[in-house]
Amino acid sequence: MFAAEFEYRKAGSIADAVRLLSENPDAKLLAGGHSLIPLMRFRLARPEMLIDIGGIDGLRGITVAGDHINIGALTTHGEIANSAEVQQANGLLAEAAGGIGDPAVRNRGTIGGNLAHADPASDWATVLTALGANVSVQGPSGSRTIAAGDFVEDAFTTGLAENELITTVTVPVLAANQRAEYAKMAHPASFYAVVGGAVVVTMDGDRCTAASVAVGGLTPRPVKAAAVEQSLAGTTLTMDSIADATSRLGEDISAAGVDIIGDVFASADFRSKVAPVEVKHALLHAIGLAHH
Amino acid sequence: MTTRIFGSGIRRREDPRLITGQASYTDDIKLTGMVHAAILRSPHAHARITSINTDAAKGASGVLAVYTGADIEGVLNPIPCAWAIPDSDLKAVAYPAIASDIVRYVGDAVAVVVAENRYQAEDALELIEVDYQPLPATINPERALDDGAPQLHEDAPNNQAFHWVAAGGDTDAAFADAAVTVSETIHQQKLIPNPMETRSAIASWSPAMGELTIWNTTQNPHIARFVTCLVTGIGEHKIRVIAPEVGGGFGAKIAVYPWEMIAAFCSMQLGVPVKWTETRSENYIATTHGRDHVEYVEMAANADGKVTAVRSVVYAGMGAYLSTAAPGIPTILHGLMYSGPYDIANIKADVYGVFTNSTPVEAYRGAGRPEATFLLERLMDKVGEAVGIDAVEVRRRNLIEPFDNNRDVAIGITYDSGNYSAALDQLLGHIGYDQFRHDQTHEREHGTFRGIGIACYCEICGLGPSQVAGAVGFGGGLWESATVRIYATGKVNVFIGTSPHGQGEETTFAQIVADEIGVDVDDVEVIHGDTDTTPMGWGTYGSRTTVVGGAAVALTMRKLRDKARVIAAHLLEADEADIEYADGQFFVRGAPDSAQSIQDIALQANVAWNLPEGIEPGMEASTYYDPPNFSYPFGAHAAIVSIDPDNGHITLDRYVAVDDCGPQINPMIVEGQVHGGVVQGAGQALWEGAVYDDNGQLLTGTMMDYAIPRAHLVPDIEVHSTVTPSPHNPLGVKGIGETGTIASTAAIYSAVMDALKPIGVTSLDMPLTPEKVWRAIQESGYTGNGHGHSHGNGHGHDHGHGHNH
Amino acid sequence: MPNKVPITVSVNGRSHTAEVEPRTLLVHFLRETLNLTGTKVGCDTSQCGACVVRMNGVTVKSCTAFAVQADGAEVTTIEGVAQNGNLSAVQEAFWNNHGLQCGFCTAGMIMSVTEIIERNPNPSADEVRAGLEGNMCRCTGYNNIVKAALAAAAAQQGG
Repeated sequence: MFAAEFEYRKAGSIADAVRLLSENPDAKLLAGGHSLIPLMRFRLARPEMLIDIGGIDGLRGITVAGDHINIGALTTHGEIANSAEVQQANGLLAEAAGGIGDPAVRNRGTIGGNLAHADPASDWATVLTALGANVSVQGPSGSRTIAAGDFVEDAFTTGLAENELITTVTVPVLAANQRAEYAKMAHPASFYAVVGGAVVVTMDGDRCTAASVAVGGLTPRPVKAAAVEQSLAGTTLTMDSIADATSRLGEDISAAGVDIIGDVFASADFRSKVAPVEVKHALLHAIGLAHH
Repeated sequence: MTTRIFGSGIRRREDPRLITGQASYTDDIKLTGMVHAAILRSPHAHARITSINTDAAKGASGVLAVYTGADIEGVLNPIPCAWAIPDSDLKAVAYPAIASDIVRYVGDAVAVVVAENRYQAEDALELIEVDYQPLPATINPERALDDGAPQLHEDAPNNQAFHWVAAGGDTDAAFADAAVTVSETIHQQKLIPNPMETRSAIASWSPAMGELTIWNTTQNPHIARFVTCLVTGIGEHKIRVIAPEVGGGFGAKIAVYPWEMIAAFCSMQLGVPVKWTETRSENYIATTHGRDHVEYVEMAANADGKVTAVRSVVYAGMGAYLSTAAPGIPTILHGLMYSGPYDIANIKADVYGVFTNSTPVEAYRGAGRPEATFLLERLMDKVGEAVGIDAVEVRRRNLIEPFDNNRDVAIGITYDSGNYSAALDQLLGHIGYDQFRHDQTHEREHGTFRGIGIACYCEICGLGPSQVAGAVGFGGGLWESATVRIYATGKVNVFIGTSPHGQGEETTFAQIVADEIGVDVDDVEVIHGDTDTTPMGWGTYGSRTTVVGGAAVALTMRKLRDKARVIAAHLLEADEADIEYADGQFFVRGAPDSAQSIQDIALQANVAWNLPEGIEPGMEASTYYDPPNFSYPFGAHAAIVSIDPDNGHITLDRYVAVDDCGPQINPMIVEGQVHGGVVQGAGQALWEGAVYDDNGQLLTGTMMDYAIPRAHLVPDIEVHSTVTPSPHNPLGVKGIGETGTIASTAAIYSAVMDALKPIGVTSLDMPLTPEKVWRAIQESGYTGNGHGHSHGNGHGHDHGHGHNH
Repeated sequence: MPNKVPITVSVNGRSHTAEVEPRTLLVHFLRETLNLTGTKVGCDTSQCGACVVRMNGVTVKSCTAFAVQADGAEVTTIEGVAQNGNLSAVQEAFWNNHGLQCGFCTAGMIMSVTEIIERNPNPSADEVRAGLEGNMCRCTGYNNIVKAALAAAAAQQGG
């Protein structure tokens, strides 16, 4: 399992990377390499050129600015998981990062690379969708911002143009009355999400005033669960109200008009049946009802 | 008083090189001028090769040669199978190292590229053009026997590789008379062994000397040499096989594979050393698999739960060809163990070996015995339910009474020693069985799915004796040898025929030596794994290394002690009969102060200045030990699991093992063997399984798909033991390498069924994935306990904070 | 044919300059170019952890990095863990607790355990297990690896 030959370039800056991308349509960006290198080893990807953006310091780092956290695209999952600032500002972000892959993978894999790869089983797309994050991208004609919920368009397909790269992911700081949680059924070999459910609930006492819910893993792109959100909003959260709300997830998945993924580990039918369970678990954990 | 070295849990003597990265495994070795081979493998499970064009590959950068099946014809003989089980109409079909007309599984070799480096070799593989005419494939071992199934081999009609029956008593009569009969259909799914080191070989041919050396990741270098001689036609005396550091085997490194024969061929053609190392994904299709049975099994019992008979019809998948030891596994190592630890008067095993279009099947840790234990324990649980007694009670009513020297069982073999109920009693105490059952009653009222499973086992290992090996068609002996040399300086080399690869015999054999002759354990070095420097041995598998090879070492030490006694008598000017031995010192009875140490004597023996008449110089002896019987370790294991009914997720909460391998040379190593074995068996119950589609494509073809147990998915394994010496070998020891795997699959499976018992689920196929469990719960009509959920199963649970697995 | 790329990597405190094909994996650079074969290749999908080394202070799966990405980096392999012939506390603990059998996963395990107890000097058994989720062992059932990690942590606390 050895990659096919390719040409290697190192980008010194974001502008440099964009220029190289524009000049070389068959090039791919190399960040942590954790999505790309395994594909290249199986020769399922054979780019003619890799543009190494690993040395661009401007793409790295976490800053909390007011009600937002800005995360550079090259920031690793491990850096996010272990950041005291992130843990303080948005515990879900840290928790989700800490559940990706394994420690060594988290030390190399980047949030930008993960999003750009758009594996349906990725945790980030689901979690960032629920969190209402934004993805900033840079191209030859400047930068633009794409809502995380719109960023992944299909399996392994994003809204990123061929000559654009992700620069920053911006995530809201959770308010004091917000609770957020992610629950997934992980594949026992790959640790990828078979089904993942992310929730953010805004609480007034034990009443939910607003909810943001996304599921992934079972669909080519994350699905925002509007029907579940509506059921939760304005409701006192109890075992029963949560069960009622999550039972509407099927409506949301149908409305999204996407196929359900199935494989030898978990069929499409099973995934669609346990997706509400994962969302339910996330909600119960979020409001502290999980261990009663 | 000093602690006896035999029985001490000393740290391993092989570890310093392993914890510092200084050990050399095959792929770590570089030879001058060495080049690299990569094998092109069939992407089809069954196809006719209509053309191969290697021109472009031959012209690629760095490529030295490309060979196909046509090139090896008449040069390499087919790969032989070495276990021709008797009275079974066995079809020894030809297994060419490189296929030339038909490919029979995904992974069958089609061509080989040799290049200056492995990247270039892999590049060139892509340039070989092969046209295939796909043929229908057959995967399920039972269905492959059907009329009209795709046929693999012309000389094996209906894909039947063999049909073997073993029986004792009158099974039909026992079933006819039984108060209770239970039955089960069991799918022993195909497993991928996954030693952490994939297979690798370096072949180096010396044209001038006509000598072939192969560094080979093998469990049995001497067998590898023997078979290499048959395949290449080179004289056995001109072949050297070296098993350097070997990174685990678990049965997958018993077989002599086509791949190292291809490397040998390439080296002989090119006159340079050729290395081949498989990738993990290649390992999944090219290295042997385990299990793959479809079994129909039945048990008959009296109304009080006393079992009167067990019988089976087993369809054992062999894969596309017969691997080296494959036919013996579902037969000798499986069917002959249908009595297990139980007193069962009537037994019949009816086993079909069947060719399928999949990777060949071989021994995989436990090899036949986990399957036998599984079916016995499954049926025992069912008998208990049928007559309305607890799982423990039904076992108690059937366990063989304690015995210390030979007990015949109905299937026609003789167990060495056993005290099965003692192991069970100890287990129940450690696991807190009664308390668990008490708690479980309450938990079930609250809708909690927790269960306990018990597995009692007795297994056959320590393979010898050779006479039996011959009688059961094994193509070799099963004795072992050791040569021990004590140098003038008192240091000791032990040369053994077996070939440990992680089991720690460099330590335990040194402990045997130290114990027998009183030298410091650090003064002993054990040499293994090289056919040029070690005496003949039949390999490390079937938990035989310590039982047979260790016995050879002990007997050798006793010969040396006898020789030392003669020399001591001479030096002390005493009568030999008056010489006593203790802790490495030889002295005249009553005069321990003027002793000759073994080191003193070794010096005298080696310089030979003053030896008694008739005594040869040197302090060296050899033993060729053929055991009088197999060894039969036994034990009882228990697992506790919880299940989340919402998503079918199983958590293995606790695991307790009680095993009896006789006296333990090094308890720390014994425990390590049990830990690893138990977790490997857990893998079969919960996670592992090779899944094929109908076309014979492996759908679990990478480590991303095939789930091996991980640290965070398993609990601490609690290990205990009883000690019942075997009367059949000089150390009293029994094997321990496979017991964990033999018991744990059954124990964990039983625990899951126990957890699901309240909703009437009694059978599911392994591995017990969340989907299968969830579906069974759904189909049972279970709707929850009123709260509609269950959470917090603790460690390893899928949901929670931070670690979402 | 793409050009080779010059890189300079500090490995176990020693600087190495070499020209590598861009597709050369870091693990092959270590094993084939530098002859540091203590780091192993156990899979091709980034699962098994036999290839784990420390790079710039953190564990990295060296089969999932190109050597060119290590240009300018400091890498520690298993050969560099013992200092002046003295085993590290983690190596010592693996030896004392029978934390290895065939030894093939051991280099990666030692690297990962070293990081686990650096980040959390007093871990629980469950925390050790979670930290080892990316390192496979087929021999030990992980029991004695966890035990070794806890012993190493205790030894460092004590020392």
